[in-house]
Amino acid sequence: MFASGGEATGAALALALARDALHVDAHAEEGDQRPWLWVQDKAALRLSGRPYRPGLPEPLRHRLIHVSTATPEDALFALEEGLRCRDLAFVIGEIAGNPRALDFTASRRLSLAAEKHGTALWLVRLDARADLGSARMRWRAAAAASAPPRWNPQAPGRATWSAELFRAHTFQPGHWTLRDDGNALAATPSASAAAPDHGDLVRGSGARSLAAG
Amino acid sequence: MAIWCADLALDRWRLVEGCARGEGADATPLALIAETAHGPRIAALNAAGAAQGVRTGTMLADARTLCPALAVCPADPAGDLAFLEHLALWAQRWGPWSALDPPDGLIVDTTGAAHLFGGEAALLADARAQLARRGLIARAAIAPTAGAAWALAHYGPDGAVLEADNLLERLGALPVAALRLDEEVLLLLRRLGLKRLEDLADIGREALARRFRSRRAPAANPLVRLDQLLGRVPEPLLPVIAVEQPMVQRRLMEPIRHRPLLDRVLADLAEDMARALEGRGEGARRLEMAAWKVDGDVLVRRLEMAAATRDPAHMCRLFAARLDDLDAGFGIELVRLLAPWTEPLALAQAELDAAAEQHGTSLAACLDRLTVRLGEGAVRRPLPRASHLPERAQRWAPPLEPMPGLQEDFAFHERPLKLLDRPEPIAVIYEAPDGLPRLFRWRGGVHEIARAEGPERIAPEWWRERSTVRLRDYYRIEDSTGRRYWIYRHGLAGDGRGGAPEWFLQGLCA
Repeated sequence: MFASGGEATGAALALALARDALHVDAHAEEGDQRPWLWVQDKAALRLSGRPYRPGLPEPLRHRLIHVSTATPEDALFALEEGLRCRDLAFVIGEIAGNPRALDFTASRRLSLAAEKHGTALWLVRLDARADLGSARMRWRAAAAASAPPRWNPQAPGRATWSAELFRAHTFQPGHWTLRDDGNALAATPSASAAAPDHGDLVRGSGARSLAAG
Repeated sequence: MAIWCADLALDRWRLVEGCARGEGADATPLALIAETAHGPRIAALNAAGAAQGVRTGTMLADARTLCPALAVCPADPAGDLAFLEHLALWAQRWGPWSALDPPDGLIVDTTGAAHLFGGEAALLADARAQLARRGLIARAAIAPTAGAAWALAHYGPDGAVLEADNLLERLGALPVAALRLDEEVLLLLRRLGLKRLEDLADIGREALARRFRSRRAPAANPLVRLDQLLGRVPEPLLPVIAVEQPMVQRRLMEPIRHRPLLDRVLADLAEDMARALEGRGEGARRLEMAAWKVDGDVLVRRLEMAAATRDPAHMCRLFAARLDDLDAGFGIELVRLLAPWTEPLALAQAELDAAAEQHGTSLAACLDRLTVRLGEGAVRRPLPRASHLPERAQRWAPPLEPMPGLQEDFAFHERPLKLLDRPEPIAVIYEAPDGLPRLFRWRGGVHEIARAEGPERIAPEWWRERSTVRLRDYYRIEDSTGRRYWIYRHGLAGDGRGGAPEWFLQGLCA
C-alpha cells in the first residue's frame, strides 16, 4: 500500500482492511483475541508518528504490540518473524521511502512467508515510488473528503479514503472511495472507474490470472 | 545467638589487602572514609590510627590535623552488606536460620541445636574459633531472646551464655544502649538520667508508655524494646534464605577457538540447562552465558526472555545472535550457563496434533527473537494511563506485561490514530485574530482548513507541572483535500504566560 508520509491514511486504511478481513473470518472463529504487530522503521516513525492507543479502534486497542526499528533491514526481519508467529492475528508494517533492502526479493520473501503461515501482512510504504513488489494486492491510498456528520456539518466526518487497487493477482483493479462506518468498511465506486462492489472484492475472484498480475 | 563483627569494614579491607592485624599496611594509621555532603568523613579506623587520637565520625580534614600520616581508603558499605549476607548463609551451620542485623551483626537461631555441638558454651567457642579463622573480630552471645543476645554481644562480657530465668536481673546492669534504640531516644534517656536497664524497669510501665508514645518503629520506643528483650512480645526477624540458581557448565579438554565448536558446546549446555530446569519445574526468564578464556578473561552474554522457557533450541537460537562479536582470543576453556531469574513453569503435555505445534512460532518465542536482535526497548505495547494530557494518556510497557487494573478507561471524545513524538510547530494565517486559522503551513506544504471541530480545551496537570505551563485548545480539522489532523493552540492571548500563542500539529487522524 502506497501512501503519503504526511498523513495517517496508509496505516488507517491498512488497519481498516485488516479489520474487515478479520471480520469476514470472524464467522468461523468467534472472538479472535490474538495480538497484532505494528512494525515501524525509524524514518516512518519520524514521518508519521507513533500509534496512539486512545485513537485505535476499540476491539484492537489492547492487543497491539508495537516494534520500532532503527533500519529498514531490521523492520523486514521483524515483519518476517511476525508472519511466522502463529499467535498473531495480522501484521502491519510501515517503511518510509524505497530502501535498498526492500527489493523484489525481500518482498517476495515476505509474501511467501505470509502465505505459508496464513498471517496477513499489510505493508505501508510512505512516500515511496511504486517499484517492483510481489504483494498480492497493491493499493495506492490517499485521503478523501469525508461526508459531513449529521449533527455537526462543520466537523470532520468518519474517516474516508480514496483507494486505488492498481495491481492485484486475483482481483480486477479499480478505484474506490472507502469509508469506515464504525464496524466495517463501506465502499462507493469512484465515478470514473467501473469497478465491482467491495463485497465482491473480498470474497470473489476476478478473471485475471496470476501471471497477468 | 547474636554475632557482632565489631570491625567488619576494616576486617574486609585486611582480607582484601592480605595483611594480618597490625602488620603490613595495617601497621600505619589508616581510615576508611565515606563521602558525605560536607566532605569525606571517617567511617572506620584501625588501631594505629586510634592510638594517634583520631576518632571515628570526624571529618577527614580534622583528622589530618591530628595525624598527618593518616592513609585513607574509600569505605564500601554495599560490599560490607553483601559480605554480611554471605556470612549469614554460612552461619546457618549453627542453626536452621539466620537473619541480618545491619550494618555489622548477625542473629542465628540456635534453639534446639546446641546439643549437636556439645552444649551452648561449646557452640559459642566453635563460633568464635570459626569466625577467628575467617579473620573476623567478632563477639558472640547466646540468650533466650534475640534482643537479649544482641545486648550481651554488644555490651556484655565476651562469650556470655544466658539461661531463660530472671533475664531482667542478669541484664539489669547493661546500659540502655543495649536496647537497640535510636540516637535521639538514647539522648533523651540520658537527659532523663536513665542509664541502665534496671533504671528503666524500676520507673514502671505506665510512666514509660506515657512518655514514649511512638509505636511506629520499635527502635523509637524503649518499652517495646524492653519487652522484646525480656520475651514478653514477639520480635519477628527476616531470615536469609539461599536461592540456588540453576547452573550448568562444561570444562573443555582443548580450548576452542572456532564458532561451530562453541555452538556445539552451547547446544549441549542448553540441553543440560533444560533438564535442570525441568527437574525444578521452572523456566528461565534470564540467562547468562560466561566463557572463560585461556588468558583469564571472562566473556559474558546476557539474555532476557519475554516468558519463562526451557526450550533448548530456542535458547541456542537466541544466543547465536549474540555470539557473533565474541572474541575467543587464544581459546575458550570453560563455558557456563546460569539462569539468575527463573519462574515456575509446569510440565505441559505436547499436543497430539503435531502439525499445530510445528506450524509457526509461539508469541513468546517471536518476541524473544525480536528483542534479542532489536534491543530492549524496541518491542513494546501501549497501556492506558490515568491522564487527560494526550501524550501522557498512554505509556509503553514490555509486550507481555499484564494490563493494569484501571477502574475505567478515560472516555475521550475523538482521538487521532497516530501521535507525533513531539508536536511540530505550524505557521498559521488567521482569518480572525483569535479563533481558528484559515491556512497553515506544515513541513513545507500549505493546508487550507475546510472543516473543523473544537476547541477541546485541555488544561495542564497543575498538580504535576509548573504554574507557568500553558493550556491547549485542540481542534480536529480536515483540509481541503480530505487530510485530517489534530492541531492545538498553545496558550491564550494575554494569559500572562509568554507571548502570542503558538500553534502545533500533534496528531494524524485516520
